Amino acid sequence: MSANVNHSLPLEYQTEQNRLNILGFWIFLGAEIVLFATLFAVYGVLGHRYAGGPTPSDIFKLNDVLIETLLLLTSSFTCGLAVFFMRQRDMKKLLIWFIITLLLGAGFLFMEIREFIHYVHEGATMQTSAFLSSFFVLLGTHGAHVTFGIIWAIMLIIQLLQRGLTPMTARKMFIISLYWHFLDVVWIFIFTFVYLKGMVG
Amino acid sequence: MGIKWNEIFVGGDPLLVGSQIAIVLTVVAIVVGLTYFKKWGWLWREWLTTVDHKKIGIMYILSGVLMFFRGGIDGLLMKAQTARPEMNFLDAQHYNEIFTTHGVIMILFMAMPFLIGLMNVVVPLQIGARDVAFPQLNALSFWLFFSGAMLFNISFVVGGSPDAGWTSYFPLAGKEFSPGIGNNYYAIALQIAGLGTLMTGINFIVTILKMRAPGMTLMKMPMFTWTTLITSIIIVAAFPIFTVALALMTFDRLYGTHFFTLSSGGSDMLWANLFWLWGHPEVYIVILPAFGIFSEVIATFSRKTLFGYTSMVVSIVGIAFLSMIVWVHHFYTMDAGPAVNSFFSITTMLIAVPTGVKIFNWLFTMRKGRIQFTTAMLWALAFVPNFVIGGVTGVMLAMAAADYQYHNTLFLVAHFHYVLIPGVVFAVFAGLYYWWPKMFGFMLNEKLGKYHFWLFVIGFNVTFMPMFFLGLKGAVRRAYTYSAESGFAPLFLVSAIGSIILAIGFAVFCYNIYWSFRYAKRNVSHDPWDARTLEWMTASPVQFYNFAVVPEVKQLDAFWHMKKRGETLTLKESDIKKIHMPSNSGLPFYMAVVFGITGFFLVFEAHIAAAVAAIGIVIGLVIRSFDYNDGYYVSVDEIKRTERTWRNVEGGTENHVG
Repeated sequence: MSANVNHSLPLEYQTEQNRLNILGFWIFLGAEIVLFATLFAVYGVLGHRYAGGPTPSDIFKLNDVLIETLLLLTSSFTCGLAVFFMRQRDMKKLLIWFIITLLLGAGFLFMEIREFIHYVHEGATMQTSAFLSSFFVLLGTHGAHVTFGIIWAIMLIIQLLQRGLTPMTARKMFIISLYWHFLDVVWIFIFTFVYLKGMVG
Repeated sequence: MGIKWNEIFVGGDPLLVGSQIAIVLTVVAIVVGLTYFKKWGWLWREWLTTVDHKKIGIMYILSGVLMFFRGGIDGLLMKAQTARPEMNFLDAQHYNEIFTTHGVIMILFMAMPFLIGLMNVVVPLQIGARDVAFPQLNALSFWLFFSGAMLFNISFVVGGSPDAGWTSYFPLAGKEFSPGIGNNYYAIALQIAGLGTLMTGINFIVTILKMRAPGMTLMKMPMFTWTTLITSIIIVAAFPIFTVALALMTFDRLYGTHFFTLSSGGSDMLWANLFWLWGHPEVYIVILPAFGIFSEVIATFSRKTLFGYTSMVVSIVGIAFLSMIVWVHHFYTMDAGPAVNSFFSITTMLIAVPTGVKIFNWLFTMRKGRIQFTTAMLWALAFVPNFVIGGVTGVMLAMAAADYQYHNTLFLVAHFHYVLIPGVVFAVFAGLYYWWPKMFGFMLNEKLGKYHFWLFVIGFNVTFMPMFFLGLKGAVRRAYTYSAESGFAPLFLVSAIGSIILAIGFAVFCYNIYWSFRYAKRNVSHDPWDARTLEWMTASPVQFYNFAVVPEVKQLDAFWHMKKRGETLTLKESDIKKIHMPSNSGLPFYMAVVFGITGFFLVFEAHIAAAVAAIGIVIGLVIRSFDYNDGYYVSVDEIKRTERTWRNVEGGTENHVG
């Protein structure tokens, strides 16, 4: 609803439809929290059922995981910078920081896929044990979300270049930033409850 | 993995061959009919691409009627098979498939679309909104639901139906014990339909929170809107659990993982927990909107404000909360231990408290009211005693120690039919008779409605009351036959006769739709029941933009008080402003098609074909991302013309009651 633009608000909140979309996305993130919580619960139940296969300390390579973590956490920061410059109406810096965000995300994905391939070569596949089934599906769901986010972001960059900063493109930018930060939060839980706890336990 | 390709087209059984022929003939008849009457363009423009919440609601309801028919036939087949001892009408495998599809279809593809359909039609009107918050997403919700429903329904002619019960417990539902593809249909069709439901939940939360008419605070909302809001919250909280459970089932069945298997560390009880963590809230997802419908109907036809409005709201919120912490009562006997069972016994019994509050509120609403015995009201009246039987037997089942006696018997089956049929089906019928004129501009015939009502209610009781006693005598559920020596035969026969009466009742309903469509008077008023809420303020059928001017709400039962003040039909034409409306879109329908195709390939474990089809899904998302269509405006002149047509004829119309 393009009518009733309220210029006193941040760009992404200026139209009623934008406010509806942003609230709707927050509620969607609520559903995503339930989804990941369920996957964590499944991992909590099955995570120690090795069925004679490898255990976390047998296979996890904490160095790689630390790099993944740094890449993703940094990307969340740069994503915040991108939104900051969006509010400043600085299209150039917005794009620069947003593209850096995506490169960091792609780096994370590269490392994660490499990690998975390494596990599979060690004979730790998702068919090996309940632990590995729940590990790969939890991590894979997160990784699939990151992949989806990158494709979505590329679509958005094209639109930003085509249309500039309008309430509509700003809303899309803001929503994808919420999504990106959410994935980062999920990763913190994965790092803590899957990797660190796996190495300690 | 282990698919017998030569057995894909299920044949041989005369029942199945008959239905295959019937399906082909129906499809041919629809295609020929649409072409002959040149209706393809109309179908595409008016229905397949619509984003209008009222039309989407009607499509949901139509799907609900169709699925009721399918699920009902399943029920009749089961009743025919068990009418006499040691019958050979259905074999054990066929019986397994039929009780599975009966359960899934009745809950997910009958009750859900009926209620979501009514929510779609009514809620935006009740809150004075132009549409839902995300009209195109709403269309996508419907089409994904429809896609999932169709995928599930073709299973019985292509590849075989799922046969592990609607709960699909592992290890039975796993690849080891169910090697066919039937259970793949379960995992994938329900996943697609569930995505649609989740989006509906998000859509309605935002709509109700943000799009209410000025002055309508939360505590001035009609009760049906309240129940829709709480239901939507439960949907968002519970459906992702089902999404995960079904995804893990798919991984187990298609990719050999070990979530629910017996070997390699899997846990079959994990499935039972995940399933009921969603499944129990799901029961309340279908019952709460039904409570809302009864609240509207009882208040309208008692000519009184709903008694104890605040306690009603507190009760539904309480029920929603409790619905999340009772799931273990579905498997007391599956090794949970006394402490856990006690906890879940208490929480389960606690649900009787807010539900009892609601029952008393309905009774007090009727007290000293001037009750009108319309068909809609009859359903509400019959609901109270029948539902109480369901509720009281529920409390019996809630006692974990006693449950060891009743569980897995027909007592349980009778209990949940006594909850779900009076609770949901009666409500849907009440809602349909009540809101039908709002949807279509004519009423359903009241006389036929009363035949429908009496046949259905009597048939229902004759069918399910004997099952309580059968269960107490020890007749187990899901058994395809029983011996003559068991002594079960007379009650089973009574039950089978009841199911025929029930079916005749439903047939009268279908005939009523046909009769009313052909012959009912078209000059009904916009407010034929002398009702209380905003949806009755605008034309019947409702014009596409809903309200010429958004009404201002001052109190509960806003429309009733406006009528008292005599300000309902006065519309100052100077107040009319142009109205913004969303454009139609073919994308939701396209998404349903590609989701359906992808799902179909996944069912048959054709992974490469499924991956190729999934590219279609990504293309759909990309197209949506680049879609900046911002809708269009309805001009003031067009609104004035439309409003004059129905406001002028107002004097010549009939109020049905009062």
